Amino acid sequence: MGGVQLVATFARARRGVLAVVVAFLVLLGLGSNGPVSAQEEGGEVKGSLVQKNEEGERVGVPSVTFRAFDESGAEVASTTTGEDGAWSMVVPEGTYDILLDVETLPDGVALRNPDKNPAQVTLIDGSSKSTLFPLGEPEESSAGGNTVIQLIVDGLKLGLIIAMCAIGLSLIYGTTGLTNFAHGEAVTFGAVMAYLLNNAGVFGVQLPLIPATIIVVVICGGVGGLFNRTVWRPMRRRGASLVAALVVSIGFSIFFRYVILFTFGGRAKRLRDYQIQEQWDLGLFRLAPKDLVLMIISIAVLVGVASALQLTRMGKAMRAVSDNRDLAESTGIDVERVISLVWIFGSALAGLGGVLFGLTESINWEMGFRILLLMFAGVTLGGLGTAYGALFGSIIVGLFIQLSTLIIPTDMKNVGALLMLIVILLIRPQGLFGRRERIG
Amino acid sequence: MDWGAIIQNSFRGFIGEPFIYFSLAAMGLNMHYGYTGLLNFGQAVFMAAGAYGLSMAVVTLGLNFWWGLLLGIVVFPLLLALIMGVPTLRLRADYLAIVTIAASEMFRIIARSPSLDRWTGSSDGLTAFANTFYDFNPFDKQKRYFFGLFIGNQMWVVLIGWIVLSIVVLIVWMTMRSPWGRVLRAIREDEDAARSLGKNAYWFKMQSLMIGGMFGALGGMFRAIGTQSAQPQNFITDVTFFAWVALILGGAAKVGGPIAGAAILYGILNFTDVFLRQLVENGYVPESVMDGTQVGQVRFMLIGLGLILLAIYRPQGIFGTKEEMALDDR
Repeated sequence: MGGVQLVATFARARRGVLAVVVAFLVLLGLGSNGPVSAQEEGGEVKGSLVQKNEEGERVGVPSVTFRAFDESGAEVASTTTGEDGAWSMVVPEGTYDILLDVETLPDGVALRNPDKNPAQVTLIDGSSKSTLFPLGEPEESSAGGNTVIQLIVDGLKLGLIIAMCAIGLSLIYGTTGLTNFAHGEAVTFGAVMAYLLNNAGVFGVQLPLIPATIIVVVICGGVGGLFNRTVWRPMRRRGASLVAALVVSIGFSIFFRYVILFTFGGRAKRLRDYQIQEQWDLGLFRLAPKDLVLMIISIAVLVGVASALQLTRMGKAMRAVSDNRDLAESTGIDVERVISLVWIFGSALAGLGGVLFGLTESINWEMGFRILLLMFAGVTLGGLGTAYGALFGSIIVGLFIQLSTLIIPTDMKNVGALLMLIVILLIRPQGLFGRRERIG
Repeated sequence: MDWGAIIQNSFRGFIGEPFIYFSLAAMGLNMHYGYTGLLNFGQAVFMAAGAYGLSMAVVTLGLNFWWGLLLGIVVFPLLLALIMGVPTLRLRADYLAIVTIAASEMFRIIARSPSLDRWTGSSDGLTAFANTFYDFNPFDKQKRYFFGLFIGNQMWVVLIGWIVLSIVVLIVWMTMRSPWGRVLRAIREDEDAARSLGKNAYWFKMQSLMIGGMFGALGGMFRAIGTQSAQPQNFITDVTFFAWVALILGGAAKVGGPIAGAAILYGILNFTDVFLRQLVENGYVPESVMDGTQVGQVRFMLIGLGLILLAIYRPQGIFGTKEEMALDDR
């Protein structure tokens, strides 16, 4: 490469990094209304969470999280119960939904009336209201065939979301050889953008979740395309090594993650729409309507992606580039165009996955990084670089995570998936669907 | 603006405790990446192994301090290197990267889990394990030493840190001149060629992972002793990349590279930290833009930006040479 050309590419790359950073900051800044000033007065909502132990004594349940949401659905306060099960929160005057975070209940403990969670309270300044969340008998919720089926359903839900996020990761690896550590931040970015549009609103308008999601998917695809064009394409042109590219992607991952923490805050937040839904009792398992819709959307998207890869010209080109880049190029495929489409679609799918994940649980600044490691587990299980492998691997990982809670404590469920990653590499490093070849 | 405090803190960054923790960790990474070409993105777990090896030996198992040193510097890191190395060292470089980063996440989940509280102290961590270390402290706890930078206990940590660091530098310098060091570099340059000469590349890489991991464990153990607590928060995944920035900044495959890198890095980080805090406290930056807790997040952004910019514009670092080792190789 000549000197002049080199300088020019350097300049381009520098502009590229800058452009991505600026675009990212602008997008995050959109719609945030600045910090809400803290109010001095307010009312207190409190309670005491107790259960009966084996001797029939009433004992407190510690470390359970309660959250208060105002009428717009924004979380205004949260607290956890102390050793004696007591909790209290001070919130400004108004009407609130008080939600007990069921995830934080100890194993085998469940609410007696799950449909009365969240409970609505109205507070005026200086008042204090007690809210009761009676707990059921421990036997009611644990053990038995129902639990296994419930876990399988939950696992499928998680697996489908991981799969949606992982397809981009796997295709980017397949076409460019880059293990993109910043892919997790695309997931977080999607969820955070959905929160901004749905809860905070842009120019004072809070969009319903469905149009918001469509906008988020478009934005994420655009950002992914821009990211490829301004950072990765110049690096490929310069012939940068894969190790350098890997380190750059980690740098972006850390940088984006902490920019999101800086602007979004450290607390987990929930989307406004579809948050409070009564679960259907379907006999063998329970399912909220939004979870059913979410699973249908994921399956439809995944089937769509699979058939597009199988049937369309572009899909075939993508698989060809994944298979053998030079051969594909020599048959007249525009490799750069394929790669930029892979980035756009992969990022869009990751953003959608982020919104769906935010819908089932909550949105926080490092959710994407957590999911990234599960994606790695899924993608390695299926075979790095294969689109279908990523799909099946991710679903198996989702099932494995949920079913492993039968044996290990819920707060350590992700450890099982990561341990599985190590075991797979030990016995079948090419993954379930990967081609057997020397990869060392 | 208190410029005295800003200058003092920046200078403290060059030689103080974090410089010691992270130059030790980066010396380990230099062994892994600089000399052997291994992509270890889980140096934080090796650091945690040192910290938790010592603190669990003393607090959980009730052994004395010296057994804790053995457990933290030798036993835990060796086990960890075996667990992460056996499945991945035969495979392409990025598999080790994925497994080591997954191991950091596993550490975080396990160390914070309340169900293992009586072993690890969960998110509060463990304390009161370093009394033996401070019993030997010859400095007066009340007085300030070294141009008034360190109080007695800190001076003791820093002094022992400098001594250990010098020993580690000596070890690296000597091993890298030895035939063993030449084999490591041969593997880095061309693994197949090294194998064709009859060298067991897999076993050499494993040794490199173990020794570099032990340096990392030393760094982590110093961090636990210096802060007198072993907490999961101090060994999260992102901590690894402080050591990576230090290594690349100074220059990989240079004996002194990690030390120069860590000194410069912590000079810069301490400067921005104190400078921003002063700006916020004195009202030059409005609360709506940034408050005190957000200042700490800026240092992580700088680490991310540092990785990006170094990898793109200066892959060989400040003191490294492109011919020997640069991120951009191959």
